[in-house]
Amino acid sequence: MSIAYADPNTSPTARGNARSEDYLWTLNFGPQHPATHTTLRLVLKLDGERVVDAMPEMGYLHSGFEKIGEHLTFNQYVTVTDRMNYISPLANNVAWHHAVEKLMGIELTPRCRSIRTIIAELARIGDHLLSNGAVGLDTGAFTFFLYAFYQKEVLYDIFETLCGARFTNSWTRVGGVSHDFTPLVIEKIRGFLKTFPKTLEDMERLLTRNRIFVDRTKGVGVLSKEDAINGGASGPVARASGVTRDLRKDDPYLAYEDFDFQICCASAGDCYARYLVRMAEMRESLKIVAQAIENIPAGPVNVGIDQRTALPTKQQVYSTIEGTISHFELSMSNRGFEVPRGESYAATEAPNGELGFYLVGDGGESAYRARCRPPSLLHFALFPQLIRGHTLSDVVAVLGSLNIIAAELDR
Amino acid sequence: MPHDPSVDDLLTAVTGGFGTLETTVFRGQTSVVVPEPQSLELLTFLKTQGFDMLVDVTCVDYLEYRGAKQRYGLVYLLASTTTNQRLTVRVFVDDPVSDHEEWPTVRSVAAIWKAADWLEREVWDLFGIRFEGHPDLRRLVMPEEFTAHPLRKDYPLQGRGERHNFPVITRDHS
Repeated sequence: MSIAYADPNTSPTARGNARSEDYLWTLNFGPQHPATHTTLRLVLKLDGERVVDAMPEMGYLHSGFEKIGEHLTFNQYVTVTDRMNYISPLANNVAWHHAVEKLMGIELTPRCRSIRTIIAELARIGDHLLSNGAVGLDTGAFTFFLYAFYQKEVLYDIFETLCGARFTNSWTRVGGVSHDFTPLVIEKIRGFLKTFPKTLEDMERLLTRNRIFVDRTKGVGVLSKEDAINGGASGPVARASGVTRDLRKDDPYLAYEDFDFQICCASAGDCYARYLVRMAEMRESLKIVAQAIENIPAGPVNVGIDQRTALPTKQQVYSTIEGTISHFELSMSNRGFEVPRGESYAATEAPNGELGFYLVGDGGESAYRARCRPPSLLHFALFPQLIRGHTLSDVVAVLGSLNIIAAELDR
Repeated sequence: MPHDPSVDDLLTAVTGGFGTLETTVFRGQTSVVVPEPQSLELLTFLKTQGFDMLVDVTCVDYLEYRGAKQRYGLVYLLASTTTNQRLTVRVFVDDPVSDHEEWPTVRSVAAIWKAADWLEREVWDLFGIRFEGHPDLRRLVMPEEFTAHPLRKDYPLQGRGERHNFPVITRDHS
């Protein structure tokens, strides 16, 4: 039984008294719509311009990522994680390998932790730039969007210098990364740190005290703290409602314990608060990158040969027997590394919220079950209660502020 | 992350009321196995003990897992925003033996945590486990008219031809 096709006069369930609702108008918002940020569908029940109810539907981008996870090895699957929250693919890569390394019990080198932290924070800045840029674009602020996207291009340039790909990077590997930092990458990151704060200031001057933007987003889509926790919200959406939960501080991973930064929260829980939280988080991420980039530990970036998980360096392969053996074992398709028979869950603070992977290992080289816990799914489920009573134009603002990426939603 | 001893204290309090529950600690994470008749009671109790956030509801199909005793393992990942504790609750179910039921049934926790609403819909969609007491149990990611449950291990990776309902015209026939 579909929500939009069934006859309201004959079908039961949560539609209320159908006869008194004859004046309500059903509007189909999406799946193809420029403002839905990718293919998701909202069936809106409108009373004039007021939204009486919203029934979200998803699944248009379902590609069976979790099923694929049972067939690809851990280093192959990272390419699939790129395509989940494709606005910040590096954050997904870091999250996936964080989960794999947790399952396998691998301890990363200090240099690797520091480098992954820097890149994860740059990915967070990129994600928030696009998220807030899209809120600006959907409410009509095109210049703001272009400022944000120009900075994203600078970030893409850094990522391309790092690993060769602007977008679908697949940068992490089990036990390390595929490409270490080169001096050019560090120089570009330092350049970004110098030029970005000025742009961030310009962007804030465009929208933060802009009368039109504030009127469109203040008081719109209010999410209370209890609803946020009960609904499983995380990340900026939850923090804007007063939930002071950030996995970087509450459950530290990588090198976050070494840096001094603050968690950004707001208490209003409306779209404006989510916008402000994301802007503030970008500043905090800049602080982390500025501290980290000057203090990268020296040493190897991948774990040692004895762990038999990361490919050894060419020098080790050609001059030591352990290097040769390790290289052989990892490259041959019927060998590879040992995975324990156990289950574990590991989450990172992705730009969108708590992105976690529940992995079940069975001793083989691919996961027995690779479950991705997407933050966007729970945020999209919260959407109907945020939009009831607001107008049609607020639908766009709320949808943009929740930052729902359909690829992560549907997997 | 090091093992959190306060979760152990919680568990001893919990298992006192529910009989002996099997608990395992792996990689610093505590996991409790509860049989289906008591799962809703245990989860309700855990909500009162401060696990206010339901992080995930998912399922694992142990059909091809060496040494598995039951087929489906439902996993509830809980977290507390106040104490930062995490807990995994597992419920094992099997395919129903009688011919009258087609799917295994578990009681829904959607009334306890609102996050369970869509998460349980997804488990129903992809694994075929019904949740009794769920307000609106229908498919989430697959189309409504889809009949199989794709994440089960006996469903092939490339499907059973649901996408290939179109006639194929080759060069010699056109």
